[in-house]
Amino acid sequence: MIKDGKQEIWSDYQKEIPDDHWYYVRSCIRQNFFPGSERFFLEITKNVLGKDMYETPHHTTCGGIAYHTESIPQETAMTMVARQFALMTEAGYENYCPSCITSFGNYVETLETWREFPELEAKIRENLWKACKREFNKPKYIAHTSDLIFHWREQIRQKAKHLLINRETGEPLRIVEHIGCHYAKMFPHKAVGGAEYPYVLAGMVESWGGEVVDYPERRHCCGFGFRQYLVQANRGYSVANTHKKFESMEPYHPDAIITNCPGCPYFLDRWQYVIAEQTGKTYGRNGYGIPVFTYEELAGLVLGYDPWDLGLQLHQVAVEPLLDKMGVEYDPKAKYLGLNKEDLLRPEMPSSIKCC
Amino acid sequence: MKENVVIIGGGIAGMAAAKQLQVLGYQPIIVEQKSALGGHVAQWYKLFPDMTPAQDVIDELTKDLKGVNVFLETRVLNWERSLLQHEYDVTLSNGVQVHTKAVLVASGFRLFKAAKKEEYGYGVYDHVITNADLERWMRGREDKRIPDKPRAIGFVHCVGSRDLKAGNSQCSKVCCTTAIKQAIEMKERYPEAEIYCFYMDLRLFGKKYEDFYINAQQEFGVHFIRGRVSEVGETIDGRLQVKAEDTLQGKPLKVQLDLLVLMSGMICNVETQTWARELHLNIDNDGFLKSADNVMHIVESNRPGIFYAGACTGTKTVPETLAEANAAALAIHKYLSND
Repeated sequence: MIKDGKQEIWSDYQKEIPDDHWYYVRSCIRQNFFPGSERFFLEITKNVLGKDMYETPHHTTCGGIAYHTESIPQETAMTMVARQFALMTEAGYENYCPSCITSFGNYVETLETWREFPELEAKIRENLWKACKREFNKPKYIAHTSDLIFHWREQIRQKAKHLLINRETGEPLRIVEHIGCHYAKMFPHKAVGGAEYPYVLAGMVESWGGEVVDYPERRHCCGFGFRQYLVQANRGYSVANTHKKFESMEPYHPDAIITNCPGCPYFLDRWQYVIAEQTGKTYGRNGYGIPVFTYEELAGLVLGYDPWDLGLQLHQVAVEPLLDKMGVEYDPKAKYLGLNKEDLLRPEMPSSIKCC
Repeated sequence: MKENVVIIGGGIAGMAAAKQLQVLGYQPIIVEQKSALGGHVAQWYKLFPDMTPAQDVIDELTKDLKGVNVFLETRVLNWERSLLQHEYDVTLSNGVQVHTKAVLVASGFRLFKAAKKEEYGYGVYDHVITNADLERWMRGREDKRIPDKPRAIGFVHCVGSRDLKAGNSQCSKVCCTTAIKQAIEMKERYPEAEIYCFYMDLRLFGKKYEDFYINAQQEFGVHFIRGRVSEVGETIDGRLQVKAEDTLQGKPLKVQLDLLVLMSGMICNVETQTWARELHLNIDNDGFLKSADNVMHIVESNRPGIFYAGACTGTKTVPETLAEANAAALAIHKYLSND
């Protein structure tokens, strides 16, 4: 592999990312799957990096799931987006960052469609006024929240307590990066690094001391394509996609996977259990799986936050092997203790894959 | 005193036109920016369909240039209409100034930058090269990207051609036959290797081209897969994993290859466009220079005294280029005789 070749491509896809004053909107589902991620995004950006991140409880879904499942037409989704922009305008912000990658794709698609078809934008403005008497400015900048962590990765590095280095061997940890489809595939120039070799997560990994693993099925879907998963009859196809990825990355012995989409870490994490049940095979060492993280969780580990505060106990695949490699201190007994040390009980442990 | 004719470009078009103009009694002046004559053909190994050595063509054209003024590593710095109508003052980078009534533009083409098709991994993965790289290697230039004993080789047609996203919707015309030629050449070198050509359509328009293609299948066992390559990746042992669609079988395809050759298309020369605009020469919507007419006046421009030959007006084969060069020389002769 010629690293310089990738560097050249990355340099073609630079993105201007303002350093402060961002309007933040959450994902529909991330807080259920990875409850620490959004919380710690705000914790890191506001309290550690001192940035102005604003969110309002009045915001809604962007309509992306409904739009992509053809439950609502594009115009409806665009009007929902318009309302989101109206709330941003009312709050006095012009930089917009969604937590969900599909949302990011939806917002970019909406803005690009309006740019090409201004008459449609006019119609949506009219729709919004009729629906709720709101008006909006379009964001001056739109970035996914992983773009922001990428933008501030060096500042995070400077405050790091644990780098992505194996504390026993001193070697960089080998990290697979998986990018959500809606980040770059539709509008490569809106992504850091473009669509074929995106750099947003690779940049974080390299900055925090790790080594990025490139493997043949790097660009393959994780299995969370809606048609694969939301249609129950197709779920075997969903697992098959994940299986293909793990079979391909296995020879490289990655230590962890980093992702920036709501669905990708969920599927890459959960389907390892299903694959273990179906085939008896696991992809980590000694019967463990390969732990999968959101970029906020990994940033949180790098900054020294408690893994259980980060919500890592909700992962299917045990994260402890990676924590041990990084030298992150944690109390195994506290894993299933909630607020005020309340016992959250224990999940049922599978026999096909080693969990802690 | 012989009449000057400035020829911009020392490739085969410029060389053939210079040869003919000299016979007709003119003083051709070839201005070539590279250090040698011959253009792209001088970098090629063999020409289809008869596997004619490209060097033979260059040698044949070179031997008849004795009286021709050749300026190598030289560019046209300035080119403007003189005070006399329909005459031009051409200033070269070597300080020479030429006053002429006729200029032949034979500035050729450039190849599409294969790295722009990022999904194919040119410049990223170790064993991805272009058609031009392969020709140079076959001529004897070392290329570490080409493994010693490849077991499987692929050719991707239409790289940068017929591709709106790449900014070029035109067919590059010669790539299909070139791919077949190169596939045959590699099979001759590595008889045990499996060779795959991934194509959209096979453009085999010329004399004996269809036989060439059938021969590639029957005698050399080249596999032709109708479908686009979607993505190239690198395996842990350094081989290439290529994903494509086999549209005739109606299913996706994944192969592991030791070498992938991208058929980079011929596209317009951007430098030519720059001074063409300054001289108010028409540029066609494919970026190439626009002839006065695509049927009867293909070697003439929209400006009196400026003529075209070869790939500066569009993709051409070698025989077409040579024929056009001769036609342009005759057109210049007719123009200057009527003056």
